[in-house]
Amino acid sequence: MKKIIANWGNYPSIESDEKTFSFPEDLATYVGREDRFIARGYGRCYGDASLAAKTVCTLQYNKVLSFDTKEGIFECQSGLTLDKILPIIVPKGWFLPVTPGTKFITVGGAVGSDVHGKNHHVDGCFSAHVMEMDITGHDGETHTCTPDDKADLFWATCGGMGLTGVITRVKFRLKKIETSYIRQKQLKAKNLDEILRLFEENKQYTYSVAWIDCLKKGKGFGRSILILGEHASVEDLPAGKKEKPLAVPSGKQINFPFNLPSFVLNKFTVKVFNFLFYGKNMKREINNVVSYEPFFYPLDAILNWNRGYGKKGFIQYQFVLPLESKNGLVEILHRISDKGIGSFLAVLKVFGPQDDLISFPKEGYTLALDIPVRNGLMPFLDELDALVLQHGGRLYMSKDARMKPEILEKGYPRLDEFKSIIRKYNPESKFSSLQSERLNLTSR
Amino acid sequence: MEKYVFIIGATSDIGMAIAEKYAREGYDLLLGARKSERLLPAQSDLQIRFGIRCNLLELDLSQTATLAAAWNSLERKPGISICVAGYMQDNDEVLRDTNATLQTIESNFTGPVTLLNAIALDYLKNGTGVIAGFSSVAGLRGRQSNFIYGSAKAGFIAYLSGLRNKLFHHQVHVLTVLPGFVYTKMTAHLALPGLLTATPAQVANAVFTGIRKKKNVIYVKWFWKWIMCIIRMIPEFMFKKKKL
Repeated sequence: MKKIIANWGNYPSIESDEKTFSFPEDLATYVGREDRFIARGYGRCYGDASLAAKTVCTLQYNKVLSFDTKEGIFECQSGLTLDKILPIIVPKGWFLPVTPGTKFITVGGAVGSDVHGKNHHVDGCFSAHVMEMDITGHDGETHTCTPDDKADLFWATCGGMGLTGVITRVKFRLKKIETSYIRQKQLKAKNLDEILRLFEENKQYTYSVAWIDCLKKGKGFGRSILILGEHASVEDLPAGKKEKPLAVPSGKQINFPFNLPSFVLNKFTVKVFNFLFYGKNMKREINNVVSYEPFFYPLDAILNWNRGYGKKGFIQYQFVLPLESKNGLVEILHRISDKGIGSFLAVLKVFGPQDDLISFPKEGYTLALDIPVRNGLMPFLDELDALVLQHGGRLYMSKDARMKPEILEKGYPRLDEFKSIIRKYNPESKFSSLQSERLNLTSR
Repeated sequence: MEKYVFIIGATSDIGMAIAEKYAREGYDLLLGARKSERLLPAQSDLQIRFGIRCNLLELDLSQTATLAAAWNSLERKPGISICVAGYMQDNDEVLRDTNATLQTIESNFTGPVTLLNAIALDYLKNGTGVIAGFSSVAGLRGRQSNFIYGSAKAGFIAYLSGLRNKLFHHQVHVLTVLPGFVYTKMTAHLALPGLLTATPAQVANAVFTGIRKKKNVIYVKWFWKWIMCIIRMIPEFMFKKKKL
């Protein structure tokens, strides 16, 4: 069916002939017949990675295949979303090994983007927990791969943006939990130096992330709130919650009903928002026990919150810089606050070591910020790209809708190896997206 | 009544949605389909997510001679049987192709009737049970665009109505479902009017409620009842000139 599709940033949007499938033979037929398409799940990557004139939607291919409640091993078809997995595993004392800030992503998407979470410095990316997966290749055949068997296919698929084929089945390890609650600590940092010091001092925490105010200048430059968390034990729970330590939160949602007009988000309103957000934590330190839902998925409570950025959409700009490039982080933050581009709070995190073929994370600082699409934005982002490269960093393909191919090439040292694996498994560029064409990962 | 439901034609989108609805409500399931191995992922999914038992049954409605035996050989018999099975192909193709004609009639009429006969006899004997059959608004008046499919569905409407009449006196309930347009694989290539078109999940909810409230005939979207009422009132001398 032809329809207009866009990913979470609402930029760009494209008319696409979308096909769904429920059975593997239907997918094999589609792959055999069609050309130049890309697999698409929930469309929660931000840019143009899962956009193409032809898309094959995995959302109907969403069955749970096995769940070993003793060993914590979960196996499912690739279109299953994390929000459907949590109510199955949490009551049995298991949690996702890695989760991004939204539960509305498919398992196939988690692999294709090799997503990271607040525990990256401890547990790595999603791919670190994948034991085995199936990929329907350009020949329509199913290829099973593991980190050791057909390892080239496996590692080019983790973070490979769907360019090796359609991921159809994933088997992965879960994380043992005693309760569904998180023991949370929030610390206020007055400026950038303090927040970076706090990250270092608290790196033993499993989960850590900071909300940073990118618009604040002067003494309070880089003021932030650091959020730390550990899975709570039964003893940590208040009396009323001890009887049902593995309760699944109800997950009520409110809807953002329409696109906010573009003028609503401006330097002033965002400053006020950030002031209130920072100011709401009166004390320097807050300790409490919360359900996993508000801790991991605060924005999932508002359906379609992306409409807040207006009809033109927004870019989520996310980069990582090596630890030694703290100056680079300062410089980029200064550029953003000088420019005064309206972004709500940005997210800052320190990644742990990782050195995979094409996955985004590597040890260092990562910053993600939402910027509404406006005239003049793209040249400004090109300037930021140059700074990111100059300081040894790179950008996240799952957030990207506009970077130039040379930015990708210089940021990912093993890109040539990745490209040669793509040529091996996707020789005719059958799997191809707007992004892969823009970045010269597939032929045009 | 035992919380055990038989879904005939379970690989369809509507069959899957009904299976999920009943599993969510804590019913065990028997899923019947022509290639039952296609249902293995659904079986694990429903069992893991809802903690129910889900069994599979290989069932080819065009092999009418085997159907009663397939039912009678079941050790544990479901108390609710829902026949979702159906087959629709382009009417002009069917018109020219004897095999397609037979397949259309078998899948939509002869097969379901043969199987439901065996089930009905059992329910009648035990004085309990529910049968739900999916016909179609296409069965309410023959139109040039799908009258072969429609005529088989019309026969099925008459069958369900008579069966309801007979079994009523034995405390067995029969529900006729006329779903109208539904977003499914069968209709994926059609541009359907949004207001008149139901999702498989809406159909499943309507069937669940219809069975619980002992409804006789349900349309999933209420205006279908009135649309079909009008279509049926058009005099034949006018109707035959229409391009419907």
